[in-house]
Amino acid sequence: MAESSSGELRIGVYVCHCGLNIAGTVDCDAVARFAEGLANVVISKENEYICSEPGQQLIQDDIKEHGLNRVVVASCSPRLHEPTFRRACSQAGLNPYLMEMANLREQCSWVHSSQPREATEKAKDLVKAAISRVRALEPQEEMKVPVAKSSLVIGGGVAGIQAALDLADSGYQVYLVEKKPSIGGIMAQLDKTFPTMDCSI
Amino acid sequence: MMDVGRHPRVKVLTLSEVTSVKGYVGNFDVTVHKKARLVDENECTACGICTEDCPVVMPDEFNMGLSSRKAIYIPFPQAVPSAYVINPEECLGSDPIICGKCMKACEKGCIDFDMKDREIELKVGTVIVATGMDVYDPQEMDEYGYTRYENVITSMEFERLINAGGPTKGEIIRFTDRRAPRSIAFIQCVGSRSSKKGGPYCSNICCMNTVKDTLMLKEHYPEMDVKVFYIDIMAFGKGFEDLFRRSKGEGVRYIRGLPGQIREDPDTKNLVLTVENTATNELEKHDAEMVVLSLGVKPREDAKGTQEMLTLQTTSDGFYLEAHPKLQPVDSATKGIFFAGCAESPKDIKDSVTQASASSARAMRLMNSGEITIEAITAIVNEKKCKVCGICVKVCPYNAITLDKDNKIPAHVNEAACSGCGTCAAECPTDAITMRHFTDIQIESQIDSILEEDPADKILTFACNWCSYAGADFAGVSRLQYPPQVRLIRTMCSGRVDKKFIWRAFEKGAPVVLVSGCHFGDCHYIDANHWTQKRIEKIWKRMKKLGIRKERLQLEWISAAEGVRFSGVMKKMAELKATVTSEEIEDTRRLLEKQKRGK
Repeated sequence: MAESSSGELRIGVYVCHCGLNIAGTVDCDAVARFAEGLANVVISKENEYICSEPGQQLIQDDIKEHGLNRVVVASCSPRLHEPTFRRACSQAGLNPYLMEMANLREQCSWVHSSQPREATEKAKDLVKAAISRVRALEPQEEMKVPVAKSSLVIGGGVAGIQAALDLADSGYQVYLVEKKPSIGGIMAQLDKTFPTMDCSI
Repeated sequence: MMDVGRHPRVKVLTLSEVTSVKGYVGNFDVTVHKKARLVDENECTACGICTEDCPVVMPDEFNMGLSSRKAIYIPFPQAVPSAYVINPEECLGSDPIICGKCMKACEKGCIDFDMKDREIELKVGTVIVATGMDVYDPQEMDEYGYTRYENVITSMEFERLINAGGPTKGEIIRFTDRRAPRSIAFIQCVGSRSSKKGGPYCSNICCMNTVKDTLMLKEHYPEMDVKVFYIDIMAFGKGFEDLFRRSKGEGVRYIRGLPGQIREDPDTKNLVLTVENTATNELEKHDAEMVVLSLGVKPREDAKGTQEMLTLQTTSDGFYLEAHPKLQPVDSATKGIFFAGCAESPKDIKDSVTQASASSARAMRLMNSGEITIEAITAIVNEKKCKVCGICVKVCPYNAITLDKDNKIPAHVNEAACSGCGTCAAECPTDAITMRHFTDIQIESQIDSILEEDPADKILTFACNWCSYAGADFAGVSRLQYPPQVRLIRTMCSGRVDKKFIWRAFEKGAPVVLVSGCHFGDCHYIDANHWTQKRIEKIWKRMKKLGIRKERLQLEWISAAEGVRFSGVMKKMAELKATVTSEEIEDTRRLLEKQKRGK
């Protein structure tokens, strides 16, 4: 288990206001104080915009200062900002896979905006679940694989042609695949085009 | 077009279709089926002598059927490649008794009836989907009589008529008497902004296309009476409003209201449009000698095939869905695949070109460093625990697992090929497979935490990262309210949801459990969600046997675009939860505990 590999668990929790996007509905202070009381949580803070430079810096400073080895960011969807916080942790010397997000914006404040009390309780529960998960996380190493420096462009209309030219001019090999006997697409069928009123081909 | 045709680093494959794309970002293996052109495209000089002798006459699709072409033809004079092509379905063949005239005519010998279709294998790092769009077919709009009245034409037909290279050399003529009409009416939003016929969305280009058409008409025929019937004129782009004003300044009349129907005068073949002018609230009749239907834009008919091949997603209107509407507008959710042009949504040339440049820049960003890091969420086999049963090999959508049953060599995962869906880990009967970052312990700790307090209140939901979790995000972005008892556990794929997770939830007192994933065909891991379905069905059977109401476990497919559906499903789950009594929960708990002890 993780504990044995990295010794004592030291978790930092960051509750983001996202301006008023979260703080307008969820009592972020109450969530942060709730998290403070949970096992292994060393520090628990609120922040106006944790994804901002100063926000990320705060996490990085805490990792170093408080020897954090787990981070929970309670803010927006991981589909949006997981890469951001993984990078921030990594730069501060913490394995990026030891960070977990709780989605307080898309899954809480935005969808329960008329129920602030319930939303705050749910936010606490989401943070608690994230803390439980982060305890069990383990550091991971990412594998690097080579990338073929070539592109497939499907469709030879104006968009496909432009994409192919940009890629090819930049030095990449391009395969432009067109179903019809000629490239050109619908654009080739047009006479003048707006707003310049010039020829399409 | 010419530039791309002669670029040393662009291989243009015409008459070609991508039939399979396998692999992952940076390493896609692509198969292209290239149909035989039957004319050597490198040798052909497009002299056109072959076509003169061809006896087969067909409607010319480039001119919207308004002129004819032969079975050996060049699509249009500026075609790239600049070479003729034979349509083998129309051609009479090379047998000299029947035909073979083109072969005789071509002195250079470019025509080769033995040319075969080819399968071309490519290795690419990135894919740009620029598959374009279809134009709405107005045949279903009977009120405008496109199929009955010859002088009702489409905007695409108009485009070919006004084109100097078109079938009439740029003359606008009525098909009934082959003279220029004295009056012409354009009808906007044909197949757009309607939930009944065509699409409910604005097709973006048709207003400005009509404005352009009216200006061209006024240039060619200053005396012509030109009217445009519209709902709103969408002239929001740079320079568009100027163009619209110019058109009005030239005397084009814009009338707010779409005609309810068109009638034809059987003698003059003129048309009468009945319209409610919503600016004046008057019912008006307008005469026109010709009517142009300004057609909307549709997703391509074959969009679904491309979608499944590349595991893309679409919005409800059928256009491809971007990874994020604002921050990743040209990325697909599948890493390394990007969108350009109308495949993603209707757009004009400028926006198509802009998006194409954006896509290529995004693609270059991936390829530039020459290597890419793979997220550390792949499967690892504990060889000691592996019983070499081979189930993991069977369920892996990527053929990333190998094992040797005969020689008892345990399973091995090819990390580069593994995409991390977790189906193998969920199916492994001996728990020999660990999903990195989505281990059993990690997921179980979330379940336990959520159900630690007031479990009877909670709606435990497993959501796959790509569709249903994204659908929840979309519900959030759209501010769609749903009951606050919902708790999501994110897995990469619904295929990861092990049956033991579900039993554990019921053991811990969950009233209901929802497993949600992508719709069939949309699964980000090819078809891993089929295994989810099979697994859930097995659990349902078991529940029935144990006397647990199977309704308490739900399975729903929710796409990334279905925010409304997500919130609807959550409301339904809350209703379902209300039907589960505390006695029922307690009975289930006791039952499952007894089962466990029995083992």
